[in-house]
Amino acid sequence: MGSLTVTHERADSFFDTFERKAELQHQTHYCPGCGHGIVHKLLAQAIDELGIQDRTILISPVGCSVFAYYYFDVGNVQSAHGRAPAVATAVKRSRPESIVVSYQGDGDLAAIGTAEIVHAANRGEPITVIFVNNGIYGMTGGQMAPTTPLGRKSTTSPFGRNQWTEGFPVHVCELLNSLEAPVFIERVGLGNNKQIMNAAKVIKRAMENQVKGLGFSFVEVLSPCPTIWKFNPVEAQRFVREEMAKVFAIGNLRDRTKEAVQRPAATPPPAVEDIPRILGLVNGEAEAPPTGRPDRALNLHIKVAGFGGQGVLLLGEVLAEAGLESGYEVSWLPSYGPEMRSGTSNCHVRLSSDPIDSPLVSRPNVLLALNEPSLRKFLPALEPGGIVLYNGEAFPEDCARRDVRAMALPFSHLADEMGESKAGNIIMLGALLEATGLLEEEQVIGALRRLVKSQRWFELDLKALECGREEVRKQPFPLAEDYLWGV
Amino acid sequence: MTTNTKPDRGSVEMNSEECKGCGLCVEACPPKVLRLADRLNRYGYHPAVYAGHGCTGCGICFFVCPEPGGIKVLRRAMEPAAELAAACA
Repeated sequence: MGSLTVTHERADSFFDTFERKAELQHQTHYCPGCGHGIVHKLLAQAIDELGIQDRTILISPVGCSVFAYYYFDVGNVQSAHGRAPAVATAVKRSRPESIVVSYQGDGDLAAIGTAEIVHAANRGEPITVIFVNNGIYGMTGGQMAPTTPLGRKSTTSPFGRNQWTEGFPVHVCELLNSLEAPVFIERVGLGNNKQIMNAAKVIKRAMENQVKGLGFSFVEVLSPCPTIWKFNPVEAQRFVREEMAKVFAIGNLRDRTKEAVQRPAATPPPAVEDIPRILGLVNGEAEAPPTGRPDRALNLHIKVAGFGGQGVLLLGEVLAEAGLESGYEVSWLPSYGPEMRSGTSNCHVRLSSDPIDSPLVSRPNVLLALNEPSLRKFLPALEPGGIVLYNGEAFPEDCARRDVRAMALPFSHLADEMGESKAGNIIMLGALLEATGLLEEEQVIGALRRLVKSQRWFELDLKALECGREEVRKQPFPLAEDYLWGV
Repeated sequence: MTTNTKPDRGSVEMNSEECKGCGLCVEACPPKVLRLADRLNRYGYHPAVYAGHGCTGCGICFFVCPEPGGIKVLRRAMEPAAELAAACA
């Protein structure tokens, strides 16, 4: 007769102590009889047996299992609600040699995360997804889940789930089984010993598939929630066996592991220092970053407004970019409808020598109005003493203010005369710069060079800038002796 | 009638301070040698305990237990012949 040897004990893939709280560091936070504890154990066991602890990365969800990272001694990423498959995709692609497991509950995966799981499966991401389905929202206190069986009461279906108002339980395995890409889909249960032992095998296979590089593997685990279902743990197990398994048939839905083709190896990610070049953010010689604080104190609240297609947003962007170049704090906030042309369009630009509190400009001190409706809309909000440039021969009689610095010039006509009607925005910019000395020419041209990709347009814009300046010089009215007309 | 002189094929070590008293192991144990104790553990649960004999070392209780280190299962290494005899017994 031999001596006793240990055959089953705590998996190495668990931490020795769970340091979530000062107390109870050897227990999970799960309720007595919770299925998560069992699934954790089966998963940890599989990780141990496959010898992949050092390269496993677990993506924890939101829900009861949100703290999985306190338990599994593997790489861990905790993701936003429902986004675990998207996060898993990123992790797997950037670390193809790792074994990535997305561990999710039914509220996480089948409600808020429906899009992520469907598309990760459809792309056949070579990850393993463990979907723990207990048919209810546990952590939040028993709301109806997409997987709650018909007739079951929950706090949000107090008369029982009704197909006419709440719809039918969502069968995620069947849903994913309609897609081409997944390699392995199986539903298991935790309803009795046999089901649990089978679940252990299936979870291990789903992990093994990934080790072999086969493709998307999905395991749904019907799991008990004694607390919310208001059963004792043994009754809850019976409920899984007798009710949940009736609604969600246990079994393998797809096993294409034999015919699965090896995915082509992912191209290794580029080096971080290479990214600016790939994105085209480097143009030859290195640009010196803006240094220090600008000499002049400035606090501009600029509103640029017009109709879509007039270059409203670009004008704002050039101002912000040139401000940035000059060392100011800047923000640029576009506001426009879905129309690419016509429709109204405006942007909020802040340039300040101090940190910017809000990018919103509700009381501008500079208003650049590219059409009449914009002038009428925003002129009343202009700060007294502010600047308004208007794209027109003259201000409409019923729309003028005596307490602001105003200039009307037909910028669009000037642009037409230049031969490029769309350059009106930059002519206006030239006029603004000439009248106010707001920003240095050099910074504005630098901003244009970065923002205007086409060489032809860049040259046109330089002409337009000069044209705007020229027009202002011709004006009879005296120009700013005082910097910025006093703004 | 069998005389119970042969040692058990297995044994379990129950970590009663990790146990939450859910009772799943008691329900799952094929030879029914686990039960919930009358006493309470440090957290106020009736922990599962081993009767002390009769364990076959099957390991079922380990898998149904939701706590990572709640149960440790041990098994007696047997000679192949003895194993066969035990299986037929």
